[in-house]
Amino acid sequence: MLTGSGTTRAGAGNGLAAERLETLLPDDKPVYTDAEARAEAERCLYCVDAPCIKACPTSIDIPTFIRKIATGNVRGSARTILEQNILGYSCARVCPVEVLCVGDCVYQQWHGAPIAIGRLQRFATETALAPGQPAVLTPKAHGAASKTVAIIGSGPASLACGAYLALEGHRPVILEKKAVVGGLNTTGIAPYKMPAADSVHEAEWVRSLGVEVRTGAEVGTTVRGAALLAEYDAVFIGVGLGADAKLGVPGEDGPGVLGATDWIERMKLGAGSAKTQLGDVVVVGGGNTAVDMARECARLGARSVTMVYRRELEVMSAYSHELDAARKEGVRVVPHVVPVGFARDAAGKLTGVTLAEAKGGRAVDGTHYVLPCDLAGLAIGQAKVTTIVAELAGVTLDAKGCVVVDAVTKQTLNPKVYAGGDCVNGGKEVVNAVADGRDAARAMIRSWQEEANRG
Amino acid sequence: MADLTTDCAGIKSPNPFWLASAPPTNTGEQIMRAFDAGWGGAVWKTLGNPIVNVTSRFGAVDYAGRKMMGLNNIELITDRPLEVNLREMREVKRRYPKHAVIASLMTESREDWRVLIQKVEDTGCDGLELNFGCPHGMCERGMGSSVGQEPKLLEEITRWTKEFAKTPVLVKLTPNIGDILEPGGAAVKGGADGLSLINTVKSIIGIDLDRMVVLPRVGGQSTNGGYCGPAVKPIALHLVAALARDKSIGVPLSGIGGISTWRDAAEFIALGSSSVQVCTAVMHHGYRIVEDLIDGLSAFLDSQKMTSVRELQGRALPSYVEWGELDLGYKLIADIDAKKCIGCQLCVTACWDGAHQCIFTGPNDGVRPPHAHSHGPAVAPKPQVLGLLAGDRVPWIDEPECVGCNLCALVCPVDGCITMREVDGGTKHETWNDRVKEGRDHVPGGIHDP
Repeated sequence: MLTGSGTTRAGAGNGLAAERLETLLPDDKPVYTDAEARAEAERCLYCVDAPCIKACPTSIDIPTFIRKIATGNVRGSARTILEQNILGYSCARVCPVEVLCVGDCVYQQWHGAPIAIGRLQRFATETALAPGQPAVLTPKAHGAASKTVAIIGSGPASLACGAYLALEGHRPVILEKKAVVGGLNTTGIAPYKMPAADSVHEAEWVRSLGVEVRTGAEVGTTVRGAALLAEYDAVFIGVGLGADAKLGVPGEDGPGVLGATDWIERMKLGAGSAKTQLGDVVVVGGGNTAVDMARECARLGARSVTMVYRRELEVMSAYSHELDAARKEGVRVVPHVVPVGFARDAAGKLTGVTLAEAKGGRAVDGTHYVLPCDLAGLAIGQAKVTTIVAELAGVTLDAKGCVVVDAVTKQTLNPKVYAGGDCVNGGKEVVNAVADGRDAARAMIRSWQEEANRG
Repeated sequence: MADLTTDCAGIKSPNPFWLASAPPTNTGEQIMRAFDAGWGGAVWKTLGNPIVNVTSRFGAVDYAGRKMMGLNNIELITDRPLEVNLREMREVKRRYPKHAVIASLMTESREDWRVLIQKVEDTGCDGLELNFGCPHGMCERGMGSSVGQEPKLLEEITRWTKEFAKTPVLVKLTPNIGDILEPGGAAVKGGADGLSLINTVKSIIGIDLDRMVVLPRVGGQSTNGGYCGPAVKPIALHLVAALARDKSIGVPLSGIGGISTWRDAAEFIALGSSSVQVCTAVMHHGYRIVEDLIDGLSAFLDSQKMTSVRELQGRALPSYVEWGELDLGYKLIADIDAKKCIGCQLCVTACWDGAHQCIFTGPNDGVRPPHAHSHGPAVAPKPQVLGLLAGDRVPWIDEPECVGCNLCALVCPVDGCITMREVDGGTKHETWNDRVKEGRDHVPGGIHDP
């Protein structure tokens, strides 16, 4: 587990196809060698009250884990990471460190290059979690006080919630509707950051801590919410977001037009062994999902990749470092345009997207033109998951469709039900989801202890 | 998890990590914070007649972009009133009964020692450490290293203290001597329960060339100070080992000198230390480093299947012998991994200018220097193995001439690129001492040859 690149061991008993399109995209930041890690770790100033810790949504004690790499205590380093962030391995690979820990490294204020915190974190966790290494974390034994918790979804929030419950001797059960575990960590991460196989392996490691995982279990169909509330001591909702939003314009339905997360999931999990003829690609949207799809298409050999966005570049929600990287890879970014329809030939094959110039995000009449394309990806947001909420009495949604929770405890208005991750925050980073899941687990444990103390 | 509890000359602590007598142990408030962070013991900043300090007090040697490889200080013993220190010491002991609190002491007359020992032991402290090591300021007043450098005086004062003390007495030794066995032996004769070493090395840290003033600068002047930090560790390791392996010493040792990481600590323990003391690393990075000291040492003991620190203690001592006992037949030669080589050729120049002229470059056979032991040209390996990056910049070893000195491996910047390979030298195990016994203790061409 967690050894080498996912590309070399894809399909090794993890339920994934052996030859997937994503495996054609090599790792951008391969794991450090021992010497590289030591050299980088020794550059760290070991700051006190360090800004990098404050910038981390899970508050990993970064200077301490780096010092432990420098002293050769790599397992201790991994423990420092995982005690705060159980998915420290995948976060090391997928976190936008440029705007989190690394962005606040004190070297940024000075003349030096900032410490490569993500790469060091990957080195420590990948080394310590390799097969044959002694356990880094030891779960407490089950006992009379052990509680059962149903966790809906198997993404980062759910895995974190389950892991921290299991480590404290409780019995979490993850219910995942798909056949593959890991949620968006498995289906949605850009392959040059982390291939699906490595996410699945990490989820397997979490399972080994004492988290039961049931795949093919969908709340609302195969499992009823009322039954969960009756049978378990608590319920955690970590279902993420739903289907990609649609534009609602003529010609949208049909081959060639896909939601971006849908396309990315097919690319990551679907079989494929050659850089397919992607042709000309248009991606609609200005967020990080749009950039991901654009960069992935560019790297897979698309003839051209164009991102279209209805407002000015300055307000795009994509990270600037990602956008810069996309441009370097040949992605064209066109602002102030909005798709008003899709053009198809007589056979129904997609031939282009009809764009209009946009002012204030709205189409201006009489400015239409067709940009030819063979594939169009829609990255304009995702639906909220409402059905599961309806299954669980007392759980409410806000006006944006996000589950309402207490900011600290992640408890919904049903005191037995907690929630975290994208379904609560509307779509943030993996690391935010991990923090939510961990905090929910800690809040549950605290409430059970208080209950026990009351007698 | 391995048992880290420690007993050094009867002074017990939850782990072997003590703070050395120094600025980090100046006050009770500091020591309590240190114990909260995980330190097992603390040797209180030396008590005696309070002194007056100067400004500034510290100087450092930075090396290759890293700060404070060596630290030098001209601070003296405590400048706080004795009663304040004693009150705080009592408070620390009351709140942390399981941690080791050791009072470092320095004074002059027999009566002063008697009074001081009685007062500090009344606080409930666990032991005493006699500061016979401070090499600046105090030695000019007849204390510190001036005692440590005078075995008879050292023995006599140790004997006084043993007369008065109810708790274990450690004698802290100065490295500023010729043979550590002399002060060490004197302390043992005087009745010391254990020895702590090393104190700082007498030093001048550097010069401010613009002002032409020695550092650390006190106005237009300075003085020699005490040198410590990572740079002194090899000196300290040797002095600890010299005492630990000598049967006439036979008392527990508390190792001090440049300990920054759990590896450093493990090395001191492997050479016979019961506890270790840390100062500079804490002055640099704070009490928090103890977490990794404990975690790292514990993990190391587990990995070695050792169940306690005691099992590690002295493990490396049997390997430390006199030069005359080393096997002259043991042979190593260097191997360069062409795939890892980046072509910097630092090994080439190191070998030619600093060692034994046996690393060559290029694909062709090389001309050996006239003093080579082997005849004919050095033969390039064929086919020449080329590195991916470096091409024919990858050097090669003239194996018959390689003396296995390690220098190339030491200067090579790439981890694992140059390794030393054990070869059968074709000679039997033989030491210089063997040759002396057999009357073969000279090499042709020496001054004793006709």
